[in-house]
Formats: sequence, C-alpha cells, structure tokens
Amino acid sequence: MKLILHTMGRYRNSILLVMAVKLLGTLSELMLPYILEHLIDHVVPLGRMDRVILWGSLMILAAVVTRQLNVLANRRAVENAHNISYDVRQALFRKTVNLSGARFDAFGLPSLISRMTSDSYNVQSCVQSIQTMCIRAPIMLFGGIAVALTMDAHMALVMCVMAPVLILVCVTVSRKGIPLYNRVQEKLDRVVLIMREAITGIRVVKALSKEKYEKERFAAANNDMAASDIRASTIMAIPGPAMQMSLNIGLTAVVVLGAYRVNAGLMLPGVILAFLTYFNMIMMGVMGLNRVFMMLSKASASANRIASVLEAEEGQAVLPAEACPAPAGEGFIRFEHVSFSYGESTAVSHEAFAGSGREKCLDDISFTLNKGESLGIIGSTGAGKTTIVNLLMRFYDADQGAVFVDGRDVRSMDKDALHRRFGVVFQSDTVFNDSLRRNIDFGRGLEEADIQNAVADSMAAEFIGELEEGLDYTADIKGANLSGGQKQRLLIARALAGDPEILILDDSSSALDYKTDAALRRAIFARHRDAAILMIAQRVSSVQSMTNILVLEDGRCIGYGSHEALLQSCPTYREIYETQMGSLS
Amino acid sequence: MPGRGDRGGRGKPKDARGTLRRILRYLAQYRGVVFALLLCAFASNIGSLLGPSFAGKAIGEAEAGPGNVDFQRVFYYAGWMLFAYLGSNLLSFLVNQGMMRVSRHVARKMRSDVFDKLMALPVQYFDRNQAGDIISRVSYDVDVVSTSLSTDVVQILTSVVTVAGSFVMMCVVSPPLVVCMLVTIPLSVLYTRTMGKRTRPKYSRRSAAYGHMNGFVEEMFSGQKTILAYAHEDAVCDEFSEINRDAARAYRDADSLGMTMGPTIGMISNLGLSLIGLLGAVFYLKRIVDLSQISTFVLYSRKFSGPINEIANIINEIYSALAAAERVFQLLDHPEEAADLYGAEALTEPEGHVEAEHVSFGYLPGKPVLHDLDLEAKPGQTVAIVGHTGAGKTTVINLLMRFYDVDAGRICTDGKDIRTLQRRSLRRAYAMVLQDTWLFRGTVFENIAYGKENATMDEVVAAAKAARIHSYIVRLPQGYQTVISEDGGNISKGQKQLLTIARAMLYDTRMLILDEATSNVDTHTEQQVQRAMRELMRGKTCFVIAHRLSTIQNADRILVMDHGDVVEQGTHEELMARRGAYYKLYASQFE
Repeated sequence: MKLILHTMGRYRNSILLVMAVKLLGTLSELMLPYILEHLIDHVVPLGRMDRVILWGSLMILAAVVTRQLNVLANRRAVENAHNISYDVRQALFRKTVNLSGARFDAFGLPSLISRMTSDSYNVQSCVQSIQTMCIRAPIMLFGGIAVALTMDAHMALVMCVMAPVLILVCVTVSRKGIPLYNRVQEKLDRVVLIMREAITGIRVVKALSKEKYEKERFAAANNDMAASDIRASTIMAIPGPAMQMSLNIGLTAVVVLGAYRVNAGLMLPGVILAFLTYFNMIMMGVMGLNRVFMMLSKASASANRIASVLEAEEGQAVLPAEACPAPAGEGFIRFEHVSFSYGESTAVSHEAFAGSGREKCLDDISFTLNKGESLGIIGSTGAGKTTIVNLLMRFYDADQGAVFVDGRDVRSMDKDALHRRFGVVFQSDTVFNDSLRRNIDFGRGLEEADIQNAVADSMAAEFIGELEEGLDYTADIKGANLSGGQKQRLLIARALAGDPEILILDDSSSALDYKTDAALRRAIFARHRDAAILMIAQRVSSVQSMTNILVLEDGRCIGYGSHEALLQSCPTYREIYETQMGSLS
Repeated sequence: MPGRGDRGGRGKPKDARGTLRRILRYLAQYRGVVFALLLCAFASNIGSLLGPSFAGKAIGEAEAGPGNVDFQRVFYYAGWMLFAYLGSNLLSFLVNQGMMRVSRHVARKMRSDVFDKLMALPVQYFDRNQAGDIISRVSYDVDVVSTSLSTDVVQILTSVVTVAGSFVMMCVVSPPLVVCMLVTIPLSVLYTRTMGKRTRPKYSRRSAAYGHMNGFVEEMFSGQKTILAYAHEDAVCDEFSEINRDAARAYRDADSLGMTMGPTIGMISNLGLSLIGLLGAVFYLKRIVDLSQISTFVLYSRKFSGPINEIANIINEIYSALAAAERVFQLLDHPEEAADLYGAEALTEPEGHVEAEHVSFGYLPGKPVLHDLDLEAKPGQTVAIVGHTGAGKTTVINLLMRFYDVDAGRICTDGKDIRTLQRRSLRRAYAMVLQDTWLFRGTVFENIAYGKENATMDEVVAAAKAARIHSYIVRLPQGYQTVISEDGGNISKGQKQLLTIARAMLYDTRMLILDEATSNVDTHTEQQVQRAMRELMRGKTCFVIAHRLSTIQNADRILVMDHGDVVEQGTHEELMARRGAYYKLYASQFE
C-alpha cells in the first residue's frame, strides 16, 4: 500500500495533472444535464428558436470538450501507470538479482517469479484506474451531497445518516479482503511451483508415467486456489450490493419524507424529483468509491508482497573495514576458523526444510591459497565443498571465523568489486538463451582475443568449430541444444575469458572425458599461471597436481597438504586414491 | 537485442470469433447455472427499470399539494418502489456471486486443461519453450479471461436489457424523438467496430510482450547466482530494462487506444442528448410533444446511453481477454505426443531385449545427430555407451524411451517396433537415473516413492539404504518426512543424485538407464553406490552412459560413439585388444 503511494509520488505532478484534467472533464460532463434541464424547463417554453440553438450548441460544445479532456486524462493516466509499473518491475528485478543467497532461498524462486509477474500486474492495473476513478466518484458523492443540502437540508439528513454506514462497510470489508487476497496469491505461488516442477522434470514424469499423479497434484493445488479465490471474491462482492440496497432504502425514505413535507407545505413536489436525481448521483459516487476500495485491497495484497522483497534487508551490508578482523597472516585467500550452517535466520516458512537446522556444514575450516597456487578440494557428497565457494564469494556469511581475499575481510568489500576478481563455474551453472559469444562474454565487453583464448583453453573450440554459426550459434533455454559436456566447456570458457585473479571450478568437468579434462587442466595452468585456482572435483586425478589438497568430511578438514603428503598422512585420501587408481590397473 | 532468441509468439492474424466460441464452450458446462443467472439478471433489470416509475407515481401522489396528499397511496407506491429496488439489488447480488463462481471454475478448468495438456506434450516442447512463458499463460492469461467472464457476461446482458427496455419506453413516450437515436446508434456501432479492428492486434501484442518478459525473468532468476558471480547484475538489469520498456510500451499502446473509446462513445451519446434537446424544442414548438414527454424521454435516453458507455469499456476488456485466451488455446492446440498407433500393444512383462537398426536422428531437420546406429542388448545384458562429449550418447536414451521418434530405421523392444507399443507401457518398462536430477517439493519419502504407487515405508527405507542415502536422511530434522524445498533447495547435487538413485531402486523394472548417473557422486560415495548399483542391475537390461571407464568394464557390450556414429563395439577386452578409439580413450585416463 505504501509502495503504491510511494511510487505514485514520483509522478506526482503528472498524476495531479491527470486529476486536474479529469476534474475539468467531469465538471463539463456534469454541466450537460444542467444545460439540458435549463433548455427544456426555461428556454423551450419561451418558444425562441435562436435561444434554443444557442443552448443546443453549447451542449454540443460541452460534449466535445468533455471527450477531449477525458481522452487526455486517460492517455496521461495510462502513461503514468506504465511508467510506474516499469519502475516497480525494474526495482524489483534489480533487487531480486542482487538478493543474497540466504534471502533468495527464503523467498523461493517460484514466489519471486510470481511477485515479478502477477503481483506487479495487479499493482499496475490498480494504478491505472485509480487515477481516473478517484476523481469522478468523490465529485459525484460530495457534489451531490452539497447540492442536496442546499436544496433541502431536512431531506439531505437522510443521506447524512447513510453515508457513515456505507463508508464503514467499505472500510471493514476491504480490511478483511487484504489478508484473503494475500492467501490467494500464496496459493497461486503453489500452483506455479507445481507447474514449474512438472515442466523441469518432464522427462522423469514421463519416464515413470506419472502424468496422472502430477495432474492430480496440480488439480489439488488448483482447486485450493480457486476455492480461496472464491472466498476472497465473495467477501469483496458484499459492499456493492449492500450499498445499493441501503441507498435504495434511503431513496424510498426520501419519497415518503418528501410527501410529508409537501403535505405540510414545506416543499414543492418538483424538489423530490430533483432530489432523486442527486440521490442517483450520490449512489454512483459511492459505487465508484467502492470500486476504488476493492481495487486497492486487491492490489495492496500484491503491493505488500512486492514491498517485502524491496524492503528485505540487504542481509549482507558491506561492513566498514574497521569492523572486520584483520587477517592473522599472509595469503591471498585465507579461511580462518570458518564455521557455517545453512538456513538458520532465514527460514520464512515453518515447514522443516532439508538443510534448515542441519548440523554444521563447515566446521572450523582454515587454509590459505596464494596467487600462482592451486587448491583442490575433495570429499564425499555433502561434505561442504561447495559451501566453501559460497562463503568465499560471499553468497552467504560465515557464522564464525572470517574469510579474507587480498588481505581484506570479504564482508568489507563491495560485492561487485569482490566478484570481479573471480572466474567461476558452479556445479549446476546456467547457460543462457543467447549466442555462445554472449554467453562467454557475459556483458563484460571482453577482447575478441580473450574470448578466442578462453574457447581454446576450455577445449570448447572443437565443438564450436563444427557449428556453422560458430560463436554466434544461439544456445537454447538452459542450453538444451548443447550436450552436458558442451555446456561445461562453454561455462569454463566463460570463467576463463575474464582472466580472473581467482578461478573456481566446482565439479565442472564431470561430463568431460579424461583426455579432455587433462588437456583442459594443462591449458589452464599454462595460461593462468598467476591466478589462484580452486578446483572441486571427485577424481583424484583432477586434483593431484594441485599445490595443496583439502580433504573434507562432514564439514571438517581431515587432511590438508600436497598429494604426496596426503598419501602419507590421510588414510581417507589414500583410500579414495587407491579405489580410483586401482580400478584402472 | 542481437542474438537473443525470440521468445513468445508475435501477434499474427487472430481468429477472434473462434476464440470466443471456445470460451463459450467452457461456459457451456455451466449452461444451466448461467442461464438461470441470466434470467435473474433480466429480472433484476426489470426491477431497476420499474423502480423509477413507482417512484414517479409516488411523487405524483404528492403533487396534490399541501394538505391533500393521499398517504395511503404514497405508501402503496413507495412499498412497490422499495420492493422493486431491493428485489433488483438482491438478484444482482446473486448474479454477481454466481458469475464470479462460474468464472473461477472456468479459470480452474482452463488451468487444469493447460496442465493436463502439458503432460501430454512431447518432451521437445519443453526443450523449446521457456517455463516462464508457459507459466505466464496459466497465471496471467487465464486470470484475464476469468476476470472478464465474471463481469462482462452479466454486464453485456444487463446492458442489452436496459438498452432494449429504455428503447421501448422511449418509443412509447415519443416516437418522433426516437429519430435522434437513429443518428447516435449507428454512429456508436460503426465507431466500436473500427476501433475494435485497430485495438485487437495491440492487445495480442501486449499479451505476447508480457509472456516474453516473464520468460526472461524466469531465466535470469534461475541463473541469479551466476549473474552475481560475474558482477553481471547491471548488464542484466539493463537488458531487462529494454524488455520491461517494451512490455510497458505494448501495454501503453493497447491501453491508450482502448481508453479513448469510453470518452468517444460518451461524446456520441451526449451529442444525442443535445439533439434531443434541439429536436425536442422544435417538436414542442410544433406542438408534437409536450414538456413532460421531453423530460421523461431524456430520463430514458440517459438510461439508454449509460450501458452503451459501459459497452465501450467492456469491449476493451473482451479484447484483452480474447488475446489472453488465444495464448492459452495456442498452447492447448499444440500437437500432442502422437497418439499410440491403433491397436498398439502394451508392453507387459518385458524380457528386456532391445535392438536398434539403422537408426538416424536429428533434433533439427538437416542436422543429424545419429547416423545409422545399430545396437543390440539381450535380456539381462549391460550395454555401455562411451565416447567424447557431444557424441550423441544422451540422444540414444531419448530415442530408447521414445521421448523423440527416430527419423529413419527402427528400435525394437522384445522384437516389436517401439512405435507399435503403447508409449506408457514402454516407458514404465524402464527405470532411469538422469544427468539432471529432479526432485520436487515434498517429503523425502514422497520423492523416493515417486515411481511406485503405494510404496511402504519399509520399501522406501530399503531403497534408501541400498542407495547409501539412508544415514543422511535420518540425520535430517524430520527424517523421511523432511520436506525438500523446490529444486532440492540446499541439498547438494550429489545427495540429490543419491535420492534419485534410491527412487530408481524402488522402481523395479526389467530395463534400466543410467545417464552419467554417478558423475556427481564422488568416488568415495560412488564405491558404495556401485555395489548397490550392481545389485540393482542384476538381471536387468542396462544402458549405462558413463565417463569413467572403470565403471563399465564389466559391461557385456561397449559402444564407442563419435560424432553420431558407433565407431567400435565389443567387450572391454576385445576393444582393448583392438587398440582403436576405445583404447585411446582408456589410455587418456592416465595422462
């Protein structure tokens, strides 16, 4: 709600202009019946045709002017609404893209998407109509009341009794309506979630012939949503008819009261008739206001959902350097006694998610990695390998301990400045629906030579060379027209192309065969000699040439050192090595 | 945006009438209710038309002047007036409620239809279309249709009733003055029609732009972490800005044109009013009408023009609803997975004998991925497919399970061309663990039990134990009842994979597909999984795609693929002895 007013505030002048123009338009529109009345009651009986034509022309003029003013106001209102909705969407998009990992998880992807789409649409349509509607209705309402009061104060009292009642109904219902519409949007989230899941998992669904199950699952959520939508709409549909009824009762009261007053000689019968006209006007005003309220309550549920994203704390403010501990020693990258677990402070939902309240994901991890050195991380599934990357890049903040890059706590560094030091490929990274070149360049405006080198080093040159369009080949959504290995090589090229200070490859050559994998590693070490390289892998062969290797188990470091040293000191490492190599001999 | 793939359809010539008919078909299911509601709406209108005349009569009684008012008659008419109004209000309340319900049910049905349709579409559709765009059809487009249905149908009817009623009353009051209407009515109709032609394409464009934007949002939000990692936020925001701007423009273009309709129609009816005033004056002077006739005529002409103003707005809404409905129907009309052939057999109790003969296939015409593939797996055999990345291994799986149909040649299971089998039964004959693990929001139990109906807890636990994921699960806050968030949330890829392996373990079949299934499980875990996997594979026909050759040495047959061709076939020993492509691939592990 505040959000709507706030964004509208930015276009204050333009909106005021709409209202002013609309005001003029409405006044000129309201003049029409007066002129007509005057024409019929006073001019026509005179029988003077010239006068008739004069007043008639005036009417025609008023009609044309009304149209022009209303069109002007409407166009302007549309323009405003779309500027506002553009702003809201832009702000929301920017905010969402910048959300920290923990916040993003807390909202959930489908919910963020539906806030971006359906909620922003609700706000937009509200902003559009509210500008024009909130002028006309009050004019009708208050103008009608004012005229009625001057005509016969006694009769107008009937209206004054009804007005507060009506407003009360309006307000209570719209109060009630907001939470109901909130629930509808939540249910819609659920519908969208199931839909997304079914779309992304279509192969599994089809392979297991679970189409029917999915349909039922969807139907349940869909019915649920329809039911709560009906509930909300039912409540919201009450005020309109309730108002009409009470106004009609009032109308009857006016007739009867009027009859008494005429009988008592206090009033002329014609006044009753005029009164009825104004009563109708007031009724229209009240109905209009009611529609404004309805629209506002529907939109404010959506606006609140958007606002909750926009107002979400950054979560990860850049701390002043003084507030951060200094590194206890040298080293380009330092982890000092880092402990971390996911999803503690961020759980929005009360359901128990896997991952929330889980035991420590990382427990007292320390290591250093200098430029020109490399670190391999190996360990079983869920040991916390990826978490190290998440903390190093500050997608999440460590619970205890500190992470340093280039002698500074990552929490004291500007997010973008920090990230620009990295070239990274995540475990399940994204290929965008764009040309290969643009996927590699990724908006960084890199030199062609850098891109070509990256393509060569990542072993992507081979398959790209076979494509007719080469680097201008367009990757489908999520790289659906590329194989797993092609995607990984493309992603590695993206990471290499920026000549990063820190290169992170998180299990990103798993779809590559050994030969390609080995050639890739050789090329990287040759060209990126000065970078700090962090490689997460499952194959000992991928990490054995690294300067140091970190062996993780259940979030704890159970071995750290060179390949040779670990073979001596770490039984788990030796076991992994032997099983892998053993199977080859 | 150079290079950007085109998302969402652009406005083509549309079939408005056909779309309307299809929407009405949705309403047909509720035709009884809708009919009753329309009757109520009719009655309600009559009531609101009668109300003023009773009011007039009551006032007429008051005109007797001070002291002479017959209150009995005043009350009599006032009573009728109240009855007519309140009855009309009650009925219209009923109608609104009813139509709202009908429209929500229609929307629900549409969403279900879309979803059911999605389940019937070929996998190809999902490889080609943005999830965001599809979802936008379900959330936004259906909503537009529903909103329009809930208000517009009744509105149109009440408008028609009011207009007709007023017209009749006008004719009764003063036929000569009706001449004025002969000017305004055709003018309104003509105007609405021409405007309609201009606005409709703009509304289609609006819906398309919106779908395009949603597609982009979905893609970018899904890749949010990558965007952050490359400090690419600003560039993406700029790109979104253009798409957003484009959507806002499409909206503005449609709406600002649409918003001129109301005032213009209003002007036409106001001009009519002026005409009545002028003509009325002339007729009055000619003694054709008297003053009270003019007054009443004006009253009814107001009633007459009110709905006509409304109709202009309604028409806008209907156009935008039609455009939205078209996008929904477009999806509903997309060709489904070809139906099973007439008389297609069900594959029951398959032995697991799979043969591919001279199979050629390409995802795009003229770009073959497989040429002339031959392959045979006898029941219980394990066939491993190896080769450089991009050699076409995953494609083989797509064909075996008939996610795609071969372009040439044929694939047989138990000696029957799989195109002559019921697709469902063919797919059910396979268990698979795919490269992309897939979990849905639900408990761990539900995720594992997904492939098997009525799986018991014991079976699920046994499968989890076999997949070596049991001990991880019991450490979760609520064990097997722990809810996994969408996309697997914080569960690592390896754990996800183990869960999908457990799912496959539970789903007992004669044939098994492992597509790089173990590539995300680290070797340590893999050792354990391997043991379980061997158990799972026993007695089954297995197709294994793996990069670590160590995992497939025991395969009965190894296919070495290169650029869509099978370059070598044989057992590990045979291929090693041949010292060809396989040998080279094998040796490269030690480099």
